[in-house]
Amino acid sequence: MKLSRRHFLVLMPAAAIAWKAVLAGTPDQAPNYKLSEHWWGMLIDVPKCIGCGNCVRACQIENDVPDGYFRTWVERYHVHDEDMTNPEVISPDAGKEGFPVVKEDAGKYFFVPKMCNHCSDSPCTQVCPVGATFVTPDGVVLVDPKYCLGCAYCVQACPYGCRYIHPEKKVADKCSLCYHRITKGLTTACCESCPTGARQLVDLKNPQDAIHEFLKTHSVQVLKPQMATGAKAYYNGLDGSVR
Amino acid sequence: MMCSLAILINEQAKLLNGVEGFMYPNEIGLQWSVLIVLYPFITGLVAGAFILASLERVFHVEAVKPTYRLALLTALSFLIVAPLPLQLHLGHPERSPEMYFTPHSTSAMAMFGYVYLWYLMAVLVFEIWLDYRRDIVLLSQSTRGPLGWIYKFMTLGSDNISPRSLHIDEKVGWIITLIGIPSAFLLHGYVGFIFGSIKANPWWSSPLMPVVFIFSAMVSGIAGVLLIYMAVTKLRRQPIDMRCVDTIAMYLFYTFLIDFSLEMLDLIHRIYEADESFRSLDFMVHTRLYIPHIVVQIIVGTATPLILLFITQVVKLPERVRKQMYVTAGVLALLGIFAMRWNVVIGGQLFSKSFLGYTTYKMTLITREGSLVAAGLALLPLLILWVLVKLLPPWSPDEKSQHAIGD
Repeated sequence: MKLSRRHFLVLMPAAAIAWKAVLAGTPDQAPNYKLSEHWWGMLIDVPKCIGCGNCVRACQIENDVPDGYFRTWVERYHVHDEDMTNPEVISPDAGKEGFPVVKEDAGKYFFVPKMCNHCSDSPCTQVCPVGATFVTPDGVVLVDPKYCLGCAYCVQACPYGCRYIHPEKKVADKCSLCYHRITKGLTTACCESCPTGARQLVDLKNPQDAIHEFLKTHSVQVLKPQMATGAKAYYNGLDGSVR
Repeated sequence: MMCSLAILINEQAKLLNGVEGFMYPNEIGLQWSVLIVLYPFITGLVAGAFILASLERVFHVEAVKPTYRLALLTALSFLIVAPLPLQLHLGHPERSPEMYFTPHSTSAMAMFGYVYLWYLMAVLVFEIWLDYRRDIVLLSQSTRGPLGWIYKFMTLGSDNISPRSLHIDEKVGWIITLIGIPSAFLLHGYVGFIFGSIKANPWWSSPLMPVVFIFSAMVSGIAGVLLIYMAVTKLRRQPIDMRCVDTIAMYLFYTFLIDFSLEMLDLIHRIYEADESFRSLDFMVHTRLYIPHIVVQIIVGTATPLILLFITQVVKLPERVRKQMYVTAGVLALLGIFAMRWNVVIGGQLFSKSFLGYTTYKMTLITREGSLVAAGLALLPLLILWVLVKLLPPWSPDEKSQHAIGD
């Protein structure tokens, strides 16, 4: 694209404002954010995921996730035609650096991003002995690190393996759905860094959110529906072999 | 190229970590260590010892009377130690009082503090105090020095040991024991519920879990008191009351039989139902858990003591042989129950919730949750029991002469 002087003059002020925000290091405050007006979830479009690992890296940087632990990760499934229920799954270093090139052609391959499902009936919240983990009024499961005992009961109770005990803080840690960002009008780090739009932050209380149309027109599932956790990570195109 | 190298390094790291197949990335290290194995083992001994004590008090099984006080003191010694493994395991032990002040109403674990305090203070300590009150008052009058002050303090200002007062003690003690039996069930049933209510884990999730825990608790408690009674009597160079140990062994056999039947029911149900987790759990039992589950728990720790106890029930054996068989069965039963706790707690964390992989538990030696600390915690109740027995002798001073007459 050829940038004319006219375009340059129009874009300059916008670029200056954006640069100021970047330098400030924090997004604009959202003083009008009302908890009761939101119900957050995540749409994960499985066919769109290319397993690049951008989301894992972005999450680790944004949330200062300790080495060897993950708030989000990507799995690669290899499902053989003759044994659909026993897939081969890999997630080397949580898929942070991508995946090895496929050598065998038989069967099907696909990537599945995983993260906390921010369940509305979350088993982790149910078992916490002091209520240090809780569901916010806008539907995000959070941990209060100043209150958590570090008993790890919630880690045991999560069916999705999304929690861990932080090796230094000695408290439960997990995906916060970038709560510090979404309450300021931004999207999550993983969504922002996804090059294909395989992850999309959704607000089920916002009638303008495209999720409503998407849910109407697509076959969408949650992980392990038999657990009845009220999971809010909605998977489009999810294969039955995914655990 | 870089990616392939990273994958290779990652695969090697997985092998070093003892990972086989696919685990969710946060599942590789175990969250609950040997200390959490010790916790249900200890509370089980408490509940079992108390239930044995209640046999004499509530159900009037006179034969087990020589173990009544010893069983109560054993229960107290182990109950004092019960919260220690939990405290040592917590990431922030200093925050544990929050469980009392701000308990989360939907959490099974939040009940721990209350169940524990209720059982410790309202049941066990109160019952022991009532039972020993006469002795404490007499000791406070006959003992001088710091020990005398301790006894004075323990009287709580009440030195009335008139027959009427003792009769009231007896009545209240009986009521406390009556309350204590369901409390003992609650204490250990609740521990089973902590595991049984985790729907995310098919190895734990079972409504039978609290019941299995209660019966296994009774087995371990009865076996524990049997062994302690025999050892203490031997150390005191007193004759072992065979009527007493025969009766305890009989109760041990029947309780063990119920416990074993329940565990087998659970196992058969799992095998026959063969749900989505079965292949994974079956593989685990045949590989990583083969020694602790099949060999130690079922063959050595359950079938063998059951056979030994069965023989003592149907064959008339000389006293010396019976004693040896009881000791062997008791030790093996304790080993089997410990293995059962191990297989529940550690076994339940060895497989992935994706049912596609397995990890390994590496027990450390000298860390906060290491095997040395665990061994220390396992022995600590015996040390406390020794102190308690010195402070509050479970046998009356004239017992020796009674035995002499009986012999």
